[in-house]
Amino acid sequence: MRGWLKALGFAAAVTLAACGPKAPEDSAPQAGGTLRIYNWSDYIDPALLAQFTKETGIKVTYDTFDSNEVLETKVLQGNTGYDLVVPSNHNVPRYITAGAIAPLDKSQLPGLDKLSSATMLHMAPFDPGAKYAVPYMQGTIGIGYNEDAVAKRLPGVKVDSWAVVFDPANLAKLKDCGVYFLDASEDMYAVALNYLGKDPNSKLAADYKAATALLMKARPYVRKFHSSEYIEALANGDICVAVGYSGDVLQARSRAAEAKNKVKIAYAVPKEGSQVWFDVFTIPRDAPNPTAAHRFMAFMLRPEIIAKASNFTEYANANAAATALVDEALRNDPNVYPTRELSDRLFVTTTKDQALLRDVNRQWTKVLTGR
Amino acid sequence: MRRGRVGLAAILPFLWLALFFAFPFLLVTKLSLSHTVLAIPPYAPQLDLSQGLAGLKVFLDGLDTTTYARLAQDRLYLDAYLSSLRIAAMAAVLLLLIGYPIAYGISRCPPGLRLALVMAVILPFWTSFLIRIYAWIAILKPAGILNAALAGLGLPPVDILNTETAVLLGLVYAYLPFMVLPLYAVLDRQDESLIEAAQDLGATPLAAFWRVTFPLSLPGAAAGALLCFIPMAGEFVIPDLLGGSETLMLGRVIWTEFFANRDWPAASAVAIVLLATLAVPILLFEREQGKVLS
Repeated sequence: MRGWLKALGFAAAVTLAACGPKAPEDSAPQAGGTLRIYNWSDYIDPALLAQFTKETGIKVTYDTFDSNEVLETKVLQGNTGYDLVVPSNHNVPRYITAGAIAPLDKSQLPGLDKLSSATMLHMAPFDPGAKYAVPYMQGTIGIGYNEDAVAKRLPGVKVDSWAVVFDPANLAKLKDCGVYFLDASEDMYAVALNYLGKDPNSKLAADYKAATALLMKARPYVRKFHSSEYIEALANGDICVAVGYSGDVLQARSRAAEAKNKVKIAYAVPKEGSQVWFDVFTIPRDAPNPTAAHRFMAFMLRPEIIAKASNFTEYANANAAATALVDEALRNDPNVYPTRELSDRLFVTTTKDQALLRDVNRQWTKVLTGR
Repeated sequence: MRRGRVGLAAILPFLWLALFFAFPFLLVTKLSLSHTVLAIPPYAPQLDLSQGLAGLKVFLDGLDTTTYARLAQDRLYLDAYLSSLRIAAMAAVLLLLIGYPIAYGISRCPPGLRLALVMAVILPFWTSFLIRIYAWIAILKPAGILNAALAGLGLPPVDILNTETAVLLGLVYAYLPFMVLPLYAVLDRQDESLIEAAQDLGATPLAAFWRVTFPLSLPGAAAGALLCFIPMAGEFVIPDLLGGSETLMLGRVIWTEFFANRDWPAASAVAIVLLATLAVPILLFEREQGKVLS
C-alpha cells in the first residue's frame, strides 16, 4: 500500500515532466497494408476513407488534431508513425528546414497537373518547386455568427468588418450571447495587425504591441479562446459570434440546419481583408509506409473524389478540374470559392523565425490570461 | 534467511524509483538545459556516445541555464505557480470538507453496506475520465442541464462554465475518491472501544467525536489532502476543458511552451521547477504516511 501510494504521488508530479523525448505512445512498426493519417478534425468524409480501403486494400488509421502547433510538435519529435500529415502553408518551410518531411515521388502522383495554377502560385514561396506538398483544401479566417442573435444586439449593423469583433463597443453588446476567438496566436495576430492597417506579416515588435493592446481590450468580452469547440457551440446556439475558419463555420451552419433548431449561422470575410491558408498533404521523412501515402494522395487528386471531400468539409479544394463537380451551392458561395474581388483582399501569412514566434506567443499568453 | 528477504524488499522500491522517477527526471533535467533548434528532435545538444568521452564533453559544454534565467525574469511563471498552488489548495480544502463526512458516514455503516458504499466511491473510475469531464460541460454550459433545472425551480440561471468556479468543481469531483479512501481507511480502523471509553467518562457523542475520533483521523486527512493537492497543482485537462483563458495554471503554461513555442527546454524547465516545488508536500506526505502506518 505504501509503495503504491508513494508511486501515485511521484507519478502525478512526473506525469507532466515525463513527456520528454520518449517514444510516442503508438509507434508500433507498420504492416505493409496500413496507412496512418494525421489530419485536422472534421476534415474528411469518412465514406472516402472507406472507398480508398475498398479500392486499394490499404487499411486507414486516422487521427486528428486541431492546431498547427500540435502537429508540428508531434512531427518534430520524430518517429510519429504517421505516413501522411497535413500542415498549413506557412508552417511548411519550418518542416523543410527541420528535415521533417520527405520530397514527393511525382511519378506516383498522376493528376498533379489538375491542381489550380493560382493555388500553386500561392504555395510557391512556401514550397519552392512544389517538391514536398500537395494542396488539399483552402479557406479563410472570418467571422461566423448567429444571424438573429447578432441582429437583435447590433440592430442595423452589417457584419462586414473586423470592428464587430475587435471594437469593445460592439463586443459589449455581444458578450451576453457568447464570443469565441481562435486559440491560434499566429492567425489571430495576422488578422489583428491587418485590421490595424499594419503588415500582417510584420517583423516589428511595435506592431505586435499595438495588436496586443487591441486584443487586450477585446478579451474581457471573449468567453473562450479555442480552435475547434466553436463549431458545435455555434450550431447549438450556445454562442453568437466566433472568429473562425470558413469551412468550420459553414459546417456549423449545416449542422444547425440538420438539427432544425432554428439557429441560422452565417460567415463573413471582413472588408478590411483576411488570411487565406492552404492545408497540404506531406509525408514525414520517417513515414513507415510512404507508398501508401502516395497512393492516398493520388486518390485525393482524382477530381470526383476531391469534389466529394469538399462537399463534406465545405472548403474549396485546389483541384481546378474538380470545381465543376462540387455541389453548386458550395462552388457558387464566395465564402468558399472566393470571387476575384474577395481574393484581392486576402493575404497569406509567412513563416516566423524562432525568436519572433516566441515573442508573439508570449504576448498571446498575455492576451489569454489577461496578465 | 530473514535478512535476505529484507534486502530484496528494500531494493525493489529503489529499482522502481530509479526506473520511473530518477531516469525520466534526468532526461527532463537534461532537456531543460538544452536550447531549441529547428530539427528532429527540436533541441540541442545531442549526446553522441559514439565518440566516447569527447562526445560527452562536447555535450556537457553545450548545456546552459539560460532557460531558467528566462523563467526568473518573466513574472508569468511565478504567477502561474502561485495560481496553481492556490487553486490546488482551495480544492484540497473543499475536498476535506466534503470528503470527511462521506468517509465518516461510510465507516459508521454496517460492514456489508460499507463495502457497497466504498465500491460506489470507486465506481466512477469505470467510465473514462475525459467523458466524465465532458459531462460537466453539458451540465454547466449556459443552456445546459444545471440552468434548465434552475429555471424549473424558478431560479435565475448561472454562467459558471469557463470560470475558476467550474475548475474547482471539476477538481473536487474528479479527486473526491482520493480523499475519501485514505480517510475511510483511517476511520474504519479506529477502535470502537475508544469512543465507548470516552462516553463512559461522560463525553457527549459530539465531544467524543471532536476529542477522540477527529484527532485520530488527522493523519488520514493529511494523506488525502496531499494525495489530491500534488496532482491537482499540475492538472491540465480539467482547467483546459472547464476553465476560461484567465485560469492560469502550470499545466497550461507547459502546454504553451511545448506546443505553441515548440520550446522543449522551457517546458522542461517549468516542469522541473514544479517538481521542486512539490517535493516539499511529497516529503510531508511521506512523513504522514509513516505516522499512519506506525
